[in-house]
Amino acid sequence: MQKSIMSRLWIFAVWAVIGLFLVNLMGLIASVLTSSVATRWLGTWLPAGFTTRWYFAAWDEFQLGDVLWVTFQAVGAVVLLSGLLGVPAAYALARREFPAKRAVMLLLLLPLLVPPITYGIPLATVLYKAGLGGTLTGVILANLVPTVPFVVLVMIPFIEQIDPRTEAAARVFGANIFQMFVHVLVPMLMPGVLAALLLVLVRTIGMFELTFLVSGPGSQTLVVALYYAVFASGVRAVQSIDAMAVIYMVTTLVWLIVALRFVNPTQIVGRGKRPAA
Amino acid sequence: MSTVMEGRAEGPTLRQRLAARGIDGATLLVLPCVALILGLFIYPFLYGLMLSFEPKDGSLFGNYARFFSDPFLYGTIFKTLRLAFPVTLLNLLIAIPIAFRVRLLRRQRLLTTLLVLPITLGTVLVAEGMLFYFGPQGWFNRALMAVGLLSTPVSVLNGYWGVFISLVLTGFPFTFLLTLSYVTGIDPSLENAAATLGAGPAARFREVFLPLLVPGLAITFCLSFVQAYSVLPSAVLVGDPANATRVISIAAYQAAFEEYDYSMASAIAMIMGAVQLLVVVAVLGCRSLFYRGPAAGAKG
Repeated sequence: MQKSIMSRLWIFAVWAVIGLFLVNLMGLIASVLTSSVATRWLGTWLPAGFTTRWYFAAWDEFQLGDVLWVTFQAVGAVVLLSGLLGVPAAYALARREFPAKRAVMLLLLLPLLVPPITYGIPLATVLYKAGLGGTLTGVILANLVPTVPFVVLVMIPFIEQIDPRTEAAARVFGANIFQMFVHVLVPMLMPGVLAALLLVLVRTIGMFELTFLVSGPGSQTLVVALYYAVFASGVRAVQSIDAMAVIYMVTTLVWLIVALRFVNPTQIVGRGKRPAA
Repeated sequence: MSTVMEGRAEGPTLRQRLAARGIDGATLLVLPCVALILGLFIYPFLYGLMLSFEPKDGSLFGNYARFFSDPFLYGTIFKTLRLAFPVTLLNLLIAIPIAFRVRLLRRQRLLTTLLVLPITLGTVLVAEGMLFYFGPQGWFNRALMAVGLLSTPVSVLNGYWGVFISLVLTGFPFTFLLTLSYVTGIDPSLENAAATLGAGPAARFREVFLPLLVPGLAITFCLSFVQAYSVLPSAVLVGDPANATRVISIAAYQAAFEEYDYSMASAIAMIMGAVQLLVVVAVLGCRSLFYRGPAAGAKG
């Protein structure tokens, strides 16, 4: 009997910690949301009134139209290029045994193990020397460093699942490697490619460090613009910064919801050891 | 036709010999990807390493000597570790019991989805939300005062604890999801066997799960540590970036973009990488003291 009380207490404690974490997290998100639609909110539980004008104010003050367009271009290019570079490389690594394969795998793991801020500073230095610092091209190149290896490592298990005889059959019927890719492999791999690219999308929208180090005034993505707005707060109304934060939240969460339809949540942190069947 | 004949006469052609070693058209597909990593990761790293030995004063180790003689600079290492170590350890210690509880649930997806939220929102948004939520008029202090736990608002922002909390909020979900994937990877029949032999929950954890989990937990610790270690936005936004939370990444950033001393910045980045590598190697070294083998239950 003593034992069962102890284990009940233990279970209760575990759930209490989960509850505490989630309550604070939700409270944090809800206070940003509430503040962004508040007219005046000082010293009370809820604001005095609600308004949507901060969204218009934020849109003008932070040039969100431009920022969103830059974000869209940067993220789109990163997703497209990491797919184009990563999927063929994953195919070669999944299907062929060649002498330097272990070295190549290590090379691909390194950018995922070293945190962005460590390699971001030398990378930003090189990009500035090359005249690419502060440009959209620079932002795209820097963001490719972690995303291409990520796509490769997520795609390898997907490709290994496909029966090699399918490709052999395509080759027997006279398809060259390009035709085989376009007509046979890509359609079969579509679920995996979609999952990998959606994860790249979510990660690139939220990628702060690399974009922060490389971007200039005209090439800031939404998350970097948000950082600068919070950093220089005091100049602008808190509510309009919160409105910008909500716009950022919506852009990430929309894609997160889409991504979660195709991937297991643990894949967002892991590297797709167990791909969704 | 003649080339084929010649090829036979002289043995396999170069193309055939390469194909026999696994190198053909398909293998070449890996090249663009390798070129990208070499150009944008390896080259900048080596360039930064070289640059760090060419300081403004002209001596070889000038930057490193300056870093390790100025407490305002070398102190950042301890300030970073003082944040990253406790945060990672706390996250791991909370994550283990919760992962063991959640693994028994049938509907894990809702909870894991909720936990993915702070990872996707990122440190900048969490820091921005904290400014209001944990502020003197925020809901956190109001709720605690309404219940009677506090008489005056507690101030966690602009200091060590602000950064600590922001690292727990963004770091815990990451640690938890990794731990969960390791915990669910252990064959449940091992636990059933231990239970049949009369081991209680604590003994089952100590004797069966823990030895199997140690390798995974070591990797989880390293990956979570790396995340907490490279904290920049929260140390600036909710911390005390001039003093208590002047972490090493702030020092590197200031050298590069405020003093425009790329040589010094590269040196700090190299030191940052070296310290982190030391911790990772130490943790993974400890791992080898424990059991290593299959956790998925081999048929014997």
